[in-house]
Amino acid sequence: MRAIVLSLALSLLAQTLTAFEIEEQASFPVPDPTAQLRVISTADAGLFTPFIEAFQADNPGVAVDYVMVSSAQINAALAEEGERFDLAISSAMDLQIQLANDGLARPYRSMATDSLPDWARWRDRVFAFTLEPATIVLSRDAFDGLALPRTRQDLITVLRDHPERFEHRIGTYDVRESGLGYLFATQDGRSSETFWRLVQVMGGLRPQLYGASAAMIEDVATGRLAVAYNVLGSYAQLRDDLGRNIHIIAPEDFTTVMMRSALIPASAQATEAAGRFIDHLIETGWTDGGGRFAFPGITPGTMAQNASLRPIQLGPGLLVYLDRLKRRQFLEEWEAAMVQPD
Amino acid sequence: MKRRRARPGSIRRRLTLQLLTGAAVMAVVLFLIVFSFARQIGAESQDRILAASAAAILDATTVQSGDLRVDIPYSAFTMLDNAVDDRVFYRITQDGEGLTGYDDLPAARRADGDSAGFDTVTYRGEALRLATLSRLVSIDGTPARIDVTVGQTRDAQAEMLARILRMTVLLGLGFFVASAGLAVLAGQSTAASLQRLAGSVSRRGPADLRPVVAEVPREMRSLVESLNSLIARLSGALNRTEEFIAEAAHRVRTPLATVRAHAENTLRRVDKEENRVALREMMRAIDESSRAAGQLLDHAMVSLRADQLELTPLALRPLVRDVVARLRPVADLKDMDLTFEATHEAEIMGDAILVQNAVRNILDNAIKYAPSETPISVVLTVQTSSATLTIRDLGRGFPLTGSDRLTRRFVRGENASDVVGSGLGLTIAEEVARAHHGSLSIANNEGGPGACVQLSFPLR
Repeated sequence: MRAIVLSLALSLLAQTLTAFEIEEQASFPVPDPTAQLRVISTADAGLFTPFIEAFQADNPGVAVDYVMVSSAQINAALAEEGERFDLAISSAMDLQIQLANDGLARPYRSMATDSLPDWARWRDRVFAFTLEPATIVLSRDAFDGLALPRTRQDLITVLRDHPERFEHRIGTYDVRESGLGYLFATQDGRSSETFWRLVQVMGGLRPQLYGASAAMIEDVATGRLAVAYNVLGSYAQLRDDLGRNIHIIAPEDFTTVMMRSALIPASAQATEAAGRFIDHLIETGWTDGGGRFAFPGITPGTMAQNASLRPIQLGPGLLVYLDRLKRRQFLEEWEAAMVQPD
Repeated sequence: MKRRRARPGSIRRRLTLQLLTGAAVMAVVLFLIVFSFARQIGAESQDRILAASAAAILDATTVQSGDLRVDIPYSAFTMLDNAVDDRVFYRITQDGEGLTGYDDLPAARRADGDSAGFDTVTYRGEALRLATLSRLVSIDGTPARIDVTVGQTRDAQAEMLARILRMTVLLGLGFFVASAGLAVLAGQSTAASLQRLAGSVSRRGPADLRPVVAEVPREMRSLVESLNSLIARLSGALNRTEEFIAEAAHRVRTPLATVRAHAENTLRRVDKEENRVALREMMRAIDESSRAAGQLLDHAMVSLRADQLELTPLALRPLVRDVVARLRPVADLKDMDLTFEATHEAEIMGDAILVQNAVRNILDNAIKYAPSETPISVVLTVQTSSATLTIRDLGRGFPLTGSDRLTRRFVRGENASDVVGSGLGLTIAEEVARAHHGSLSIANNEGGPGACVQLSFPLR
C-alpha cells in the first residue's frame, strides 16, 4: 500500500492572499508526483477524500490539491482571476454552463464521456456525475402530532395552520449568497407557482437564511429549526448520526434534482490527469460507486422509478437566470416575499 | 474512376462512355444543387430560431412605472438548445447603451429602417450567427430603442452540413451508378440491333440473295439500303456468270461435236492408211478438247455452285446408280466391267449436280487410265456418320510420290503422260467433297495394281 499523506488544512474564511475566498484546502501528495492536479470544488473535502484516494490508487503519481469554495467563487477564480485549476467540480449547474458557454472550459472526450446520455453532458465540456434532489428536511420533534407533509401544498397548509410552532424555525438558502440556493429557487419558481406562495408563507414566519445545506441539517437535528426547505438530500442522508431526529422528504409534486458536474477549465495544465479524474467520476457516479462515493450516483432507472424527479437540464436555458436584470428582478421578488419587515 | 479512350471501332463503348460522362456531370450538378439548397435552408432555419429567441426577449421587455424591465423568458434560450450544444450569447441595449448580456457582443448589421437583421461574425474565436431585433418603447413619454441581439455558434449547422454532405454524396453516387447501369444497357441495346442485322445477313443461305428486310432502327436504314444495293449487283453478276458458263458450254461443245461427226464420216470414206491415222489422231484431239472443255465448264460450275451451295436431302444410291448407268456405254467400249454395289441407302445433304459431277469425273478417270478388259467396281458403304463411295480399278494406280498434288488444278500424275487429260477431274471431286464437308482420299490398292479413290460425305 502506498502511503498517502493527507493533510487537511482549514484555512481562514477571509483569506487575503487571493481575491477569491477559499473555505477549505486539502492536499493529497504522493512521493514522486508526475502530475499535480488542482481541483476547485464546492463540496467538502471530506466527502471527496475516499474518492480521491481510490483515484490515486489507480493513478499513482498524481498529486491532488483540493480547494473548496462557494460556487460563485469558482467563477470568480476562473473567469475573473484567471487562476490555474485543472478541474472544477460544482453543484451550481448554471455557473458551470456559463463557464463552458463563455469559452472557459476545455473539451474532453473519452469512452466514459461518450457513454453519458445527452442530458448528462454539454458540449463535451460539462459532465454530470450525480443526481442530488432538493429535499425538505423536517425535525420529528417539531412535527409531533402533525401529519408529515408530502408536497409543497401540504407544507404551506401545515405552516399556515401552526404559525406558532414554526415562527423563526424555518430554514432555507439565502439565494442572494448561495449559488445552489439560487439555482434551486429559480428552478422551483420556473416549475410551479406554488413556490412563490410557499416563499410568501415562509417569509411571514421569519425564516433563518443559510449559505449551505450542512448547517441547516445540523440545526434541524438540534431542534433549532423545524423545517429546512431545499436542502441537498445527499447531505442529509450522509448524517447517519442524525437519523433519529430528522426526516427527509422529496416533495411529491415535483422534486428538483441537481446534477453535480465537472469541467476542465481553460487554464488547466494537468489536462490528462484531469481527464482521467473525470473518467473516474463518471465511472463511480454512474454505478453504485462501490462505497467510494459520498454522493448518490446516477443509476439507470432512477428517473423512471420516480416520476416526480425533475432534473435540471444542462443547457443554455440555465443562462437566463444568470442575466443581470433577470437576477435582480428575481431577487427583488424573493426579498419582498422572504424578508418581510418586522 | 480510370477511364480509357474509346476505340474508334466500338459504337457500344463510345456510346456508353458518352452516357457515363453525362451521368457524372449530372451527378455533380445534382450534388451541388442539393447541397447548396440544404445549406441555405439550414442557415434560414437557424436564423428563424435566433429571431424567435430575440423576439421572445423583446416581448418580455416592458416599461413599468417608468422603469424598463427585461424579463428574459426561460424558453428564449432553451429553444436554442440543440444536439451539439451550441454556445449562446446575447445582448440587450437601450439606445445603444448595454443593459444586460455580453457587453462586447456586436449587433448584426442592418439596413436603415430594418427592424431585424442577421449577420455572421467571429466572436471569442468562433463563428457566430447573430440575429438583432429592435423595438421602440416609450419611457415617460420619451421614445427609446431596444435592441436585442441573440447569437449562437454554428456547430450544429456544421454537423448538419456534414451529414447532408454525406447524404448528398451518396445520392450523387447512387444517381451515377443507376445512370451508369442504364448507359451500359443503352450501349448494349444499340449494339444488339447492329448484331441482329449482322446475324440476319450471315444466317441466310449462300444462294439467298434476296434484299435484307429486317426491321432496323431508322439510323441503320441507309446501311441496309447500301447492303441491299450491293446484294442486287452481286446477284446480277452471278446470274451473268452462270449464263456465260451455260452459253460457253453450248458454244464450245456443239462445234466440236460437228467437227467430230465430219471427221468420222471422212474416216469411213478414206482408205489411205496414213490419212486414216491422221484422222483418228484428229478425232482423238477433238475428243480430248471436248472433254477438257466439258471438264473446265464442270469445274467452273462446281466452283460457282460450291460457293453458294444449297444443300438438299439427297439419296446417294440412285444418284450413283444413275451415273454408273450413263457411263457404262463408255466402259463397254473398252470391254470393262463396271459394277455398282450398295447394300444400304445413304442419305446425305448435298447438291445433286455437284455430287454427280464428282462421281462422273472419278469414274471417267478410272475408265480412261485403266487398261481394257479390266473391271471397275463402285461400292457404296454406310458408316455411323458418313457414307463412303469406293471406286477401284486395276489400272496403273497413282504414283507413290506427290499423290497429294493430284487434286490440284491442272496437275497430272507423272505416269499419265501417254493418256490425254486436263488434270481437272480429281480437283473437281476434291472441291465437291470439301463443299459438302466430306473428304476425298486417293491411294493404290493394297498388294496389287490399280487405284482406289474414296469419296466420303457426312450422313444427313
